[in-house]
Amino acid sequence: MATTASKTAALDSPLYAGRRRRNAIAKGMALAATIFGLGWLVLILGVLLYKGIGGLSLSVFTENTPPPGAAGGLLNAIMGSIVMTVLAVVIGTPIGVLAGTYLAEYGRHDKLSSVVRFINDILLSAPSIVIGLFVYEILVAPMGHFSGWAGAVALAVIVIPVVVRTTEDMLNLVPDTLREAAASIGLPRAHMIVRIAYRAAQAGIVTGILLAVARISGETAPLLFTALNNQFFSMDMNAPMPSLPVVIFQFALSPYAEWQKLAWTGALLITVTVLGLSILARSLTSARKS
Amino acid sequence: MASGERDVSEVALKGASAPAAVSASRAAVLRRLRLTDTIFHGLTRGASLAVLALLSGVIIALIYGAAPALSTFGFGFLFDESWNPVTERFGALAPIFGTLVTSFIAMVIAVPVGLMVAFFLTELCPKVLRRPIGIAIELLAGIPSIIYGIWGLFVFAPFLQQYVQPFFIDTFANVPILSTLFAGPPYGIGMFTAGLILAIMVLPFVTSISRDVFDAVPPVLKEAAYGVGCTTWEVFRYVVLPFTRVGVIGGFMLGLGRALGETMAVTFVIGNAHHVSASLFAPGTTISASIANEFTEAVGDLYTSSLVALGLILFFITFIVLAIARYMLMRLQRQGGK
Repeated sequence: MATTASKTAALDSPLYAGRRRRNAIAKGMALAATIFGLGWLVLILGVLLYKGIGGLSLSVFTENTPPPGAAGGLLNAIMGSIVMTVLAVVIGTPIGVLAGTYLAEYGRHDKLSSVVRFINDILLSAPSIVIGLFVYEILVAPMGHFSGWAGAVALAVIVIPVVVRTTEDMLNLVPDTLREAAASIGLPRAHMIVRIAYRAAQAGIVTGILLAVARISGETAPLLFTALNNQFFSMDMNAPMPSLPVVIFQFALSPYAEWQKLAWTGALLITVTVLGLSILARSLTSARKS
Repeated sequence: MASGERDVSEVALKGASAPAAVSASRAAVLRRLRLTDTIFHGLTRGASLAVLALLSGVIIALIYGAAPALSTFGFGFLFDESWNPVTERFGALAPIFGTLVTSFIAMVIAVPVGLMVAFFLTELCPKVLRRPIGIAIELLAGIPSIIYGIWGLFVFAPFLQQYVQPFFIDTFANVPILSTLFAGPPYGIGMFTAGLILAIMVLPFVTSISRDVFDAVPPVLKEAAYGVGCTTWEVFRYVVLPFTRVGVIGGFMLGLGRALGETMAVTFVIGNAHHVSASLFAPGTTISASIANEFTEAVGDLYTSSLVALGLILFFITFIVLAIARYMLMRLQRQGGK
């Protein structure tokens, strides 16, 4: 009896009431913060759907970007984006996978690896506009003109660190017992990596590449002064090449209603692509885990 | 590689009949295996050296491109507010100022909100909702920055201009310092708007890293704190946060790195005015926005070079911030590995 009495007394004390109140306030704020964060996602996606879906029609995919005041589509921009993205992946992925392999397999603990790891992390979050300046200096300025190649190289520079990072992480998840088993039957290291480790980490490495594609398909800044833009359909890699993000940038800031409408449609297309890719990438890894 | 394997088995089969021939062909196979091994090792090593070369290349190219501007203006470049393409007088003060101010606004908002979201996700959220909410927050990070830009320009800025900014201006009109910070006509676009949009973009970074480090806190520590009667908030505030301090700061730094270098979202809503202004509602510019807006139109070597010099400064600032972030996160990993 006595203990119960003292317990209720303690529970009613102002100190305890204060602590409980603070706890409740903090919990409430945490909930509010989460709703606040999710609210932006809903708001942005909602506006995007509302503004973009009206302009969505077949002509978006079959006609080129129009001159001011006329109707048209985004065909040349979409094709330009696809071509440059594919090239960037083709250039960047082998380098990224090989470098990631070195970090995880050959030089797990050596000095070079820790330096490369650090530098790679810096590149991973380096401002993309700086990458654009870099490619401008090494390709556009010497060549004397903007080109699709320069755009693809700029995107490849962004692909490399993403792929390096995921490749290393995924190879690190492969159990060492597999490697030892391969070594014990006399399989040389290169064969062990290619036939055992790569195969075990396959889904993860593909995820990394998908994430890299998702990242570059929305990139605008590095393309502004490498690939520039082109009003016409062009598959000439040595000429300026249009891309979806740059067209959106140009059209959104223009005073013409048709252009702005196309910009919203393009924005919707990009967002659906990027979010779709990252969800696909995520489901690949989680399916593997379970 | 498939042929290599077949050779090995052939060698093994032949082994019984012709010992001398075996050792010769076996040596050949082994030589070839060793050769492919060396080549592959060399390739991977070369690729990782290429990553190093890439970063050095970026630095060298930027310094090379910035050299004319830096030699013309010297250190004064950093502290000069003027930006005049006609007289060819350029200074980086306004863009640097804008970059720092917008990033500061972003961090002031994103850090507490991000921490609270992470607190919610790790301590309060029902298990079923944890993953979907986490993914939703991360999707926020996946939205391309140009989408934030177009949304900011057409939806968010007009909203701020109509409702939020007049309210701030009226409310703080007579408060000494705040009246200067929130002064002037509500343009809608400007440093305030850019800072808010950056906050939304940085939020998922702060949240996901904080959540990951909070999850890494040993349950025993939390249970002990609950055992002595701590409330959920007290456990978070006095056990989880101090334990994960280093990692959380690392996460902030990563977010800050993104805010500093963010280009497209800011370019849409900053107003591109090369002025240092005390009011947050005034249009300004950031380093990345200046480059994005002006680079293709820059006439003359000095103009272009000044913009590259801006890029060099940006790279330098973000390099330091990111290096600190990585160092902090690495320290945490080492701590956890003990």
